[in-house]
Amino acid sequence: MQKTDVMIVGGGLVGLSIAYGMALLGRQVSVLDEGDDALRAARGNFGLLWVQGKGYGMSAYAQWTREAVALWPRFATALQADTGIDLHLRQPGGFQLCLSDEEMAEESRRLLWLRDAMHGDYPFELLDAEQLRVRLPGVGPTVVGACYSPMDGHINPLKLLRSLYTACRVRGVNIINGHRVSGIAQCAGGFELAAAGQRWYAGRVVLAAGLGNRELGAQLDMDIPVSPNRGQILVTERLKPFLHYPTTYVRQTDEGTVQLGDSHESAGLDDGTGSQVMATIAARAVRCFPRLGQVRLVRAWGALRVMSQDGYPIYEASRTCPGAVVVSCHSGVTLAAMHALRLAPWIDGERDDPAVSAFSLERFSPEVRHAG
Amino acid sequence: MPVEPLFRALSPAKNTVRIEFEGASLAVPAGVSLAAALLASGVTRTRESAVNGRSGAPFCMMGVCFECLVEVDGQANCQACLLPVRAGMRVHRQRGARDLLAGDQEMADE
Repeated sequence: MQKTDVMIVGGGLVGLSIAYGMALLGRQVSVLDEGDDALRAARGNFGLLWVQGKGYGMSAYAQWTREAVALWPRFATALQADTGIDLHLRQPGGFQLCLSDEEMAEESRRLLWLRDAMHGDYPFELLDAEQLRVRLPGVGPTVVGACYSPMDGHINPLKLLRSLYTACRVRGVNIINGHRVSGIAQCAGGFELAAAGQRWYAGRVVLAAGLGNRELGAQLDMDIPVSPNRGQILVTERLKPFLHYPTTYVRQTDEGTVQLGDSHESAGLDDGTGSQVMATIAARAVRCFPRLGQVRLVRAWGALRVMSQDGYPIYEASRTCPGAVVVSCHSGVTLAAMHALRLAPWIDGERDDPAVSAFSLERFSPEVRHAG
Repeated sequence: MPVEPLFRALSPAKNTVRIEFEGASLAVPAGVSLAAALLASGVTRTRESAVNGRSGAPFCMMGVCFECLVEVDGQANCQACLLPVRAGMRVHRQRGARDLLAGDQEMADE
């Protein structure tokens, strides 16, 4: 049996961010990751560092997200120092384009709620069509307005994943690929894990397995209410820079391609694509920026968001299984900096962080927790 | 410009068509892809990468690698391996990313 101080189950953005953060604290860390047939949100996401609108109904999440983007420059600098990889972090603010008066009213209502909940410290602007066209040339004539927030930004998410892999290895993290964890149990002073015919012993374990957390958590007597939500993304040919801000529907990457997305579907564990949703995404993108109507699409994919029951992250240090921690969230990019620099010290027990307790499993009522 | 071709046809082309590549007239086999026609004519460089400027030439020949990008009759970012060659095509190397704003004054003036 192989032994490690900390075993992290899941080698996506969440697991590797925590692994990196714990390695920075000097811990001996291993990561067990599935093979290429796994459902991988980390390889399918859009790359936004998004704040505006998040935490509607739960201001602790809005606060947590804001602190995450404030930590991002330090995080990106640390990763670049360890790996030499430029993540192309840009934080110029972002636009949520609105295609109907109803959408504009709804977005505004949420942002105003958040500003109140944050005691006025929540910068954004509501722009009508005319103001928007001055700020963002090339916007289509049927866009009724937009919400702009200087808090938002974006990065290259694939470079982030590659950078985290490299940085973890540089810092001595043992990443074990191609091993799906099939069994996990408490044993004397720690945990025993079984994966692909091998066994590991770990003093502490972090479940960061995305949608797999539900099944793994159940083995440690925890109900973890996460379920899949599919998003599809279309990618265009490479274009010279024409869009200098991220928007929720359309984002131009550092290498010139334009990503079109933000669909939401319940499709079970099917991470494929469908022409109807792709057509809707394309049509909406062309409404936002009519020039895109002349542009070729070169590829498309689907990926599954890891959505908790209420949409907010789950950070749980088990009371019944001391040493087991659960981390589930759908914003693995935005929160990566927070997971590495703030959550890892909390997991390590180095810092008692009252901001984390809002995200415990306790907020789900027993009825909700046992419904699924 | 065209030099000694890297590839030879299995049999001589029955028909040829004339196309233009970077302003020079080429007689190329008919009935093949534009990428194959360029390779048969000794073209060893079709694009300069939009990401890092590196030169590239047709490689996968099946629409995946994007190394064969060319501009055809003013249309940027065409995959030469997916286009049947056609008489009279005017072909240029794809240099960097497509400029969406160029030749787009009507849109820009909106």
